Amino acid sequence: MSKEEKKLEIMKTALNLFAKNGFYNTTIADIAREMGMSVGNMYNYFPSKESLAKELLIYTSKLFGEELKKINEMDISSKEKIKKIVELYFKMAKEEPELVDYFMRVYLSNKEIFANGCEGMLCVSAFVTEIMIFFEEGVRRKELKNQDFFAAFGLFMGYLGGLVFLFREGILGKDIEEYTNSVSENIYNALKI
Amino acid sequence: MHSKSKVIWIDGVSCYGCSHSFYNYPEIKELLEKIELIYHPLLPSNEFKFQRCDILIIEGAIKNNFLRLDFDLIELISKLINLSKKIILIGTCSVYGGIFGEGVLFNKENKGKFFKYKDKIISIPGCPPHPEWIAYAIEMILNKKRLILDKENRPKEIFSYTSHMGCVRNEYFEWKIDAKNFGEKEGCLFYEQGCQGPYTHSSCNKILWNEVNSKPRAGTPCFGCTEKTFPKKNLFKTETFMGIPANIPLGVSKRAYLTLAGVAKSLKNERLERKLIDDSE
Repeated sequence: MSKEEKKLEIMKTALNLFAKNGFYNTTIADIAREMGMSVGNMYNYFPSKESLAKELLIYTSKLFGEELKKINEMDISSKEKIKKIVELYFKMAKEEPELVDYFMRVYLSNKEIFANGCEGMLCVSAFVTEIMIFFEEGVRRKELKNQDFFAAFGLFMGYLGGLVFLFREGILGKDIEEYTNSVSENIYNALKI
Repeated sequence: MHSKSKVIWIDGVSCYGCSHSFYNYPEIKELLEKIELIYHPLLPSNEFKFQRCDILIIEGAIKNNFLRLDFDLIELISKLINLSKKIILIGTCSVYGGIFGEGVLFNKENKGKFFKYKDKIISIPGCPPHPEWIAYAIEMILNKKRLILDKENRPKEIFSYTSHMGCVRNEYFEWKIDAKNFGEKEGCLFYEQGCQGPYTHSSCNKILWNEVNSKPRAGTPCFGCTEKTFPKKNLFKTETFMGIPANIPLGVSKRAYLTLAGVAKSLKNERLERKLIDDSE
């Protein structure tokens, strides 16, 4: 296994632990134990728990960004793209809940961990850039209303995040994927021209 | 000694701004002495008559059923083009249509009525073009130098630059710091104030106006006056789609530009956040 592959393994292990137990309740020793590695060897890959958390954020943002890019490049309407994005987000929440948990329970809840090196959009730019492109093209094609970026971004991502949060808390009455149509419709109605 | 090059300068639908710009060329006297100016609508010259010439300069747009020098403008230009060795189109109206409608070489983004004469045409757009640009084209022809032209027949020496290049506000552009008002020394005019510098072909910030300044340097946005899309509306406001500039710098993909802009915006250059000149030490 190459060093890069090993790093990825460590990141995946850490992701699960961070998502499950939180950042502060997870130690490098916990991650090392789960990996079957020594703590000392762990530091050959990541100099600190913070740097591991930071790289994980960049990694998840890229992963999500790449999927969004595929949707952006499809020759379909903004309405259809919204549905694809909602589907993608809910599918990830269901199949890879640790990704979403990590984003919401670690990144958004513990910004101090990311203060050094992940300022502003630095570590999430891969994903935010794709959302920008989606919005920009929607307005250019006269399908979406021209408005402030964050007003639209908050509406879209906040709504999805809220739903996924309820889903992860076990509060939703139905399976999250059953909400895809109504949520997509609501987002489109709120953003359309 | 060989005879001077014969030059005919005619005006289509024009405001004469291009002629007036040319009058500001510091060495206009010397330049005029090098040529035989057969006709110019404003400068002292002989009565117009059809004849062969080395350089035909056309200022202003074209229009059907428009009388000029007692001829239909389109016929006048057709005849003169055939009698001329080289043609210099001066001003955005003449090249693309600009303010007044239809250009000689182009009709906005499409081929113009005289596109077939492309091989002997040189485009010097601008509203107005800088006097140095006009003089450059004339001098190059007089000196039998080869002009390297781009696809729209603009000399690359002048128009391969953008008006963004050389702007003293470039650091603010790099760090995505907007100018909040016109006339301030600080801030870039691209994000809010409508500046078209990063996607406008011109050397306004290399060859300065009146040898001292340019619009963006003084705190006014570039209006993109050298482009086929000129004039646009709302020149003092950046067109945005969901807060993202509708036009991005030339040569970069939207994705790459947004990524870079996001990074620059997330980091801060504290020096540029402050006033350039204040009372602090």
